[in-house]
Amino acid sequence: MKSSNLILKIFLALYLVVFFGYLLGPLVIMGITAFNSPGFPRAAPWECLTFEWFEVLANDQRILNGLKNSFIVGAGTVVLSVLLGLAGALMLTEIYPKLRATFYTVVIAPILIPGVVLGISTLIFWDRLNIMLGLGDDSFLHNGIFLTILGQSTFIASYCMLVFLARLQRYDTGLTEAALDLGATNVQAFRKIMVPFLMPAIASAAVLAFLASFENYNTTTFTFGKYPTLTIELAQKVRYGINPSISALAFTIVVLTIFAAVVHEVTQRRKQLALASGAPVSAVSGGGFQLPGFLRANPAAIVLVVLSLGAVATVGFASVYSPDACKAEVREQKRIFQQQQIEKIKQQRLQQKRDDAVKGPDIFGSDKSKVVPDATPAPQSPGKGNFGGVFAPNNLENAAPKPESKIESPGKGTFGNVFDPGNLNKAGPKTD
Amino acid sequence: MNIANAFKNFINRNGWGLGGYMLLAVGFWLIVLIILPQLSMLDFSFRHHLPPPEMGGPKDTYTIEHYKFLALGAPGADQSYNVVDLGVFVRTLMAAFFVTILDLLLCYPLAYYLGQASSGGYTRIFVLFLIIPYWVNEILRAFAFRIIFGDSGVINEMMMTLGLIDNPIDFIRENVALYSGLGYAYILLMIFPIYNVIESLDRNQIEAARDMGAPWWRIHWRIVIPYAKPGISSGCTMVFMLTAGALAAPQILGGPSSLWFTQIIYQWFNSGGNWPRGAAYAIVLLTVCIIIVLSAMRLFKVKMGDIGK
Repeated sequence: MKSSNLILKIFLALYLVVFFGYLLGPLVIMGITAFNSPGFPRAAPWECLTFEWFEVLANDQRILNGLKNSFIVGAGTVVLSVLLGLAGALMLTEIYPKLRATFYTVVIAPILIPGVVLGISTLIFWDRLNIMLGLGDDSFLHNGIFLTILGQSTFIASYCMLVFLARLQRYDTGLTEAALDLGATNVQAFRKIMVPFLMPAIASAAVLAFLASFENYNTTTFTFGKYPTLTIELAQKVRYGINPSISALAFTIVVLTIFAAVVHEVTQRRKQLALASGAPVSAVSGGGFQLPGFLRANPAAIVLVVLSLGAVATVGFASVYSPDACKAEVREQKRIFQQQQIEKIKQQRLQQKRDDAVKGPDIFGSDKSKVVPDATPAPQSPGKGNFGGVFAPNNLENAAPKPESKIESPGKGTFGNVFDPGNLNKAGPKTD
Repeated sequence: MNIANAFKNFINRNGWGLGGYMLLAVGFWLIVLIILPQLSMLDFSFRHHLPPPEMGGPKDTYTIEHYKFLALGAPGADQSYNVVDLGVFVRTLMAAFFVTILDLLLCYPLAYYLGQASSGGYTRIFVLFLIIPYWVNEILRAFAFRIIFGDSGVINEMMMTLGLIDNPIDFIRENVALYSGLGYAYILLMIFPIYNVIESLDRNQIEAARDMGAPWWRIHWRIVIPYAKPGISSGCTMVFMLTAGALAAPQILGGPSSLWFTQIIYQWFNSGGNWPRGAAYAIVLLTVCIIIVLSAMRLFKVKMGDIGK
């Protein structure tokens, strides 16, 4: 019994490691690439620690413009979908039980409808309305921000409604009735009783709506018009040419997320502590840094302090650190490596010539493949040590099926295509 | 009369201001945002592809040419069916199905562990870890997988350094990157519904079964899984629909030979410039996905009301 328990525990630990490795590993690797100096985001051969990608990011006009549009769209979506979601949730409590299931199905459907379809239907509907009303292309019905807010709100309102429904389930309708009995009007009862009760739900619905809007791609890609949001700009960057400034952005987002989460955790704990000791929140919290007792009872606060110190230290380090020396060194190393490769090839060639001279004239005729038996597989793996293929007549065409892979590993034993005319440009040190 | 009565009651209960707001907002949401756009898309998909000035003119009649095109291909083509588009469509659905199963297998143990086995403090940290990737942009998550699986990506570089392989493996062409990226993208929508349900399961039921001598797999099969069925079906529905309708991950991680059905729709709207045909394709995708989900729900006897809890 004991041993099987142990095995189970090992399995559990292994599974947790795999799961969270899958979940967090990509983010960690992307974060690493933000600090590596090659022009293409890569983590593996580590070259130089650099902060330049953050600078590139901060000066990227398109990213900044996208960020601005994202905030405008996000604000609009938050307002609209919180209003719609709240009305939907309240309506659900009012409606006939018979109709309730149908109504619920219809308002929950936008979550399940593919975002692409929502974007298309929004675009088509307002476009046709525009034509029907005889308005021009520049009317507000064609405005990208207007369309994006509407398209996103269609399904984000459903999320908000779910949040409100969860909260409303715990609402005691007796409270409203009591208020009405005591002479409050409907609006008063709603404003003084219902709204304060729903306030936490409104806050979390707003945060949820903003996040959903901020990261939405599928719907926005059809509706954005002339106002690309951050996500759209990112997608275009990722698809056509990338540099690690995108990793820098991702790293920033992850760090901000962790900060927000830890701050949230700290306030939650503080509330719990206050609740436990029966004192008001302010009494427990005090000034966070002077009170070691508070820190001891609240591990999240310690994490927060460490994180903040780390961030300050990093920023300070980044402002004085310069990667130029390291970069020059890497470039020099690459140059030396290439020099060595060229030397090697020269020697190989000499050796071959000498061998040919010793062998004398080729008595088997001009068929080279007999002399050099492994010339034929050369196209599959250009230059896996088969120098013989160098002189094959069709070598120049065969040897370059995949140009990228060669840039990645200049001269990793690829003698076969040394004489490729484009080789010098490719193999040269990257200057970027 | 019944409706008028109900309306009067409704206004009486809520007053004009609040009642008006509710009616107006719900009406706007239901009619202007949900129903009318879908209907207009349906209508549009049956129209000819016309330049804007001719819309509403005598040429603007109904047609099924776009659906015909999806099924049969261009008139005069070699094959009698549109092999390319239909093939992509079927492949998209199959892939979405497998991604859903994969996510379910990956998430169920963790959901069970978080809901039943682990202690409070750890659970909070795990939930935090789960949420952080979800706050990062969908595009960036896909991009992270590109960094990992690319030709000069982490995995290839590592294996080449270790001497396991000589040439980089093209994970992107083999769609490994695509499937892991898709599974990753919606993993949270699988885990939280299941977790929420399992958390509310009374621990005594499991203890009782264990005391009676049931092995662990029977406890899961007879107690936990039947109890968690609403959560499982809810998670599977969402993951399936979202994966089948995903656009960002296939665009970034898809190999040159693999098209996702949404990419074809996207092409009709952008470079293809044939909106009605794109709308027809979108309608087909929507309808087939809904049919699949509804039949799966009937098969497993789950109600619509369980979704989204």
